[in-house]
Amino acid sequence: MSASDDKRNLGQVFMNGILNENPTFRLVLGTCPTLATTTSAMNGFGMGLSVTFVLVCSNIVISLLRKFIPDKVRIPSFIVVIAAFVTILQLLLHAYVPSLYESLGIFLPLIVVNCIILARAEAFASKNPVVSSAVDGFGMGLGFTAALTLIGCVRELLGSGSIFGFQILGDAYEPMLIFVLASGGFLTYGLLLGIINAITNHRKLMKLEKGEN
Amino acid sequence: MTMNVLLFFVSCVLTNNFIFSRFLGCCPFLGVSSKVSTAVSMGLAVTFVMTIASLVCYVVYNWILVPLGLTFMSTIAFILVIAALVQFVEMFLKKSSPSLYSALGIYLPLITTNCAVLGVATLNMNNGYSMIQSVLNGTFSAIGFLLAITLMAGVRERLESSKIPQCMKGFPITLVSAGLMAMAFMGFNGIV
Repeated sequence: MSASDDKRNLGQVFMNGILNENPTFRLVLGTCPTLATTTSAMNGFGMGLSVTFVLVCSNIVISLLRKFIPDKVRIPSFIVVIAAFVTILQLLLHAYVPSLYESLGIFLPLIVVNCIILARAEAFASKNPVVSSAVDGFGMGLGFTAALTLIGCVRELLGSGSIFGFQILGDAYEPMLIFVLASGGFLTYGLLLGIINAITNHRKLMKLEKGEN
Repeated sequence: MTMNVLLFFVSCVLTNNFIFSRFLGCCPFLGVSSKVSTAVSMGLAVTFVMTIASLVCYVVYNWILVPLGLTFMSTIAFILVIAALVQFVEMFLKKSSPSLYSALGIYLPLITTNCAVLGVATLNMNNGYSMIQSVLNGTFSAIGFLLAITLMAGVRERLESSKIPQCMKGFPITLVSAGLMAMAFMGFNGIV
């Protein structure tokens, strides 16, 4: 395989996580943190980056260890690797970004059981070399971050009239508090998912029509 | 005492429902709620595991991690305990009660990665609950989960036969109905 071929494949692996197999909008994995931490754009962004960190590190380690882990105990081994990185992340955030540590709360240790990370370990890192596993983790993590930030922006804008803490809508706007509360999370996620489905379906249809002509 | 337990029950099941106000256990809630019968089985399996996990994690944390000064290892310890426990429960059920095993069996492995179980263990630890409180919290929260997933399955069975726009089929409409249910559950706020 030539160098340019290799580069293109890595690019495909990277974009795959962000668009085609976006963990939040296409695979619908890891819904708990998606719903719980998107009360504001900043929280969603922080959660996304935390997951990206764990995903990249665990993908690298699992890919390095893929020839040594016996098939029968692979799931518990993956979970231990992931839990170790989550603990490192917890300690780091507690020390350097205490405000994020506080606002993510219980969902920080719960990254351990985030289905995306285990799914990528099982489906990708345990079968592929180190570099592409790292790129896959990075792409998936960024896809997750982008999705969480988007949901966070929508909820923050409607729920408190601001994005990333900056007031966008004027005083005349009456904030719809429901969007910051639990039910607003379900509603926003569901409607965004519906909109994205509609766009994908429409594009598929267009492509089909083009093909026929 | 009885009054306190009752209040605790109402608070765990209705006001602080795991799904509708804490977003714990959303994956199985969305994934395994297409039929009432499977939803009930899943809910029962979760109740079973969460009760035992609350007890075992309490013991591991207070009797092993705290004396050794290893409390920062709690996440790793809890997930290992839960994974081992689920495996053990599976083996035990297979031997002792094949009928129960055939009903709950396929859901048990899924519970390891259910964040409600690790969540309840972490919440017990953060809130500094006693042993009895931890076990009650585990059981009651799981009953709240059972209630939520059963209600959701009922709604989804009706959705099957209704006309839904193509793009909203599947997850989107499920999430929107969950949002409406969460709104209804908000009505319980303030009764405890």
